Amino acid sequence: MAKLASDGRPLPQPTPVTQAFFDAAQDQRLILPHCPREGYFFYPRSHCPCCLKRDWEWKPASGRGTVYAFTVDRMGHDPNLVNWVPYVVAAIELEEGPRMTANIVGCAPEDVRVGMPVEATYENVDDVTIIQFRLV
Amino acid sequence: MGKRAAAIVGQTEWEPKREWDVPMFSMEASAQLASEVIADAGFEKGEIDGLVMNPIAESPMFGPSALAEYLGIQSNFNEVVDLGGSTPAGMVWRAAAAIEVGACESVLVLCPAVPPPRPTAQGKAKRGRARLTAYLGGDSWGSPQGQFEIPSGLVAATPSFAMIASRYREQYDVQPETLAKVAVEQRFNANAHPTAIFRDKPITIDDVLTSRMIADPIRLLELVMPCFGGGALLLTTAERAKRSPHRPVFVSGHGEHLTHKSVTYMPDMLDTPTRKAADRAFKMAGVSRGAIDIASIYDCFTITVLLTIEDAGFCKKGQGGAFIEEHDLRFNGDWPLNTHGGQLGMGQAGLAGGLSHITEAVLQLQNRAGKRQVKNANLAYVNGTGGMMAEQVALILEGA
Repeated sequence: MAKLASDGRPLPQPTPVTQAFFDAAQDQRLILPHCPREGYFFYPRSHCPCCLKRDWEWKPASGRGTVYAFTVDRMGHDPNLVNWVPYVVAAIELEEGPRMTANIVGCAPEDVRVGMPVEATYENVDDVTIIQFRLV
Repeated sequence: MGKRAAAIVGQTEWEPKREWDVPMFSMEASAQLASEVIADAGFEKGEIDGLVMNPIAESPMFGPSALAEYLGIQSNFNEVVDLGGSTPAGMVWRAAAAIEVGACESVLVLCPAVPPPRPTAQGKAKRGRARLTAYLGGDSWGSPQGQFEIPSGLVAATPSFAMIASRYREQYDVQPETLAKVAVEQRFNANAHPTAIFRDKPITIDDVLTSRMIADPIRLLELVMPCFGGGALLLTTAERAKRSPHRPVFVSGHGEHLTHKSVTYMPDMLDTPTRKAADRAFKMAGVSRGAIDIASIYDCFTITVLLTIEDAGFCKKGQGGAFIEEHDLRFNGDWPLNTHGGQLGMGQAGLAGGLSHITEAVLQLQNRAGKRQVKNANLAYVNGTGGMMAEQVALILEGA
């Protein structure tokens, strides 16, 4: 079952392997797993999804990227998010290569286009920090 | 050409409904579906020696043994398939392959999609409408989706397919009218299907384009209606198929491909797993794209159909819009597509939604499609799509 914030939205529940990612977010940093052979990957997981070795390390990322794809959720497909509509859900292509899912905030949903440059922004929700993006 | 080792000889399909009057357990529905499909094929129950099923709530573990016991079947092949919307297509080729290697002779493919009764102590079952849960199990402890997708609102299916559509439109400039044409022509087909949920309601391009925006750029009439229902198929050896009262339908080629769960991690959002699945299926069957008489393409959204037409090789990448505009996709048109109405017109009866594409192809190849019958239908392309353009299965079905 999803853990819900005091404002009702679902929060991530970090695991031992992913905890460092969420800890860094609390310090307003985006870090990514980096494999010495295959480079960056996302999301963090026990083994590199290219070579299945586990000698990867966390590396700081620039927090910059572009909109790979997006949608504007008009009805709140998550019943816990109906009070937030309309909101932008996007796949962000990070400068380092991997994609991550995030909301694009701080603009009218109609202003978002595929290919636009974005940068990470951080929102504290209870004791968790959510990484979102805004148009540059 | 192609494989002619296993054939579909029986089918049954329940009318999709928004509400289900008589709640049934999956095993009860399976028993009824089995009884109907065995009768349709003209078989005896004692001949059945294989079961292919989806996970069932009454027996989350040991599903096949629970079902074999419940149905009283001495079974040689027992398979649980978990491929979302492409599960029925995945079931069909697994059954055919098991028959081909000699693991079994006659296999039931069972797709119940009905609500269970509630415990007696809690009173009469409350009737509710069919709907999908938003998280689809992605909020389980340890699930990457629970940590990296759900908190951003990437849940259910529509937002994921909307993302794909946003990128397609950016890259290839397809017009909303073109995608709407898919919904309109499939609705025309549904209007000729006696049990389609939208059998009585025609729609126009304008209706689609003015329907409510759900997740940009996907509008309400580009979505399927969630329903209850159910269906089943019976597959058997080429030898046993000869005595079926209906024309046997060979599974002459099949392919399956999978790369991701969340749409964000799809290697390329515009290059779907169907490309490899369809290439394998066509090669196995030894037939060309041009030889296909009817196409049954999984349609959770209109964009799914466009991408599948391209990636199955019926036209080049980026030409799907032009293909849709150039062809009449109605059952009486030059490129009959989803002649039952697809899920957009027929309704999506849960697990049985993806079966409807196969059932319709079987009915067409058996010359049993009534008003919708396509003349001289001998070869069908069937496509299943599961999850977020993730699990994809291609089948080539051929009338004997």
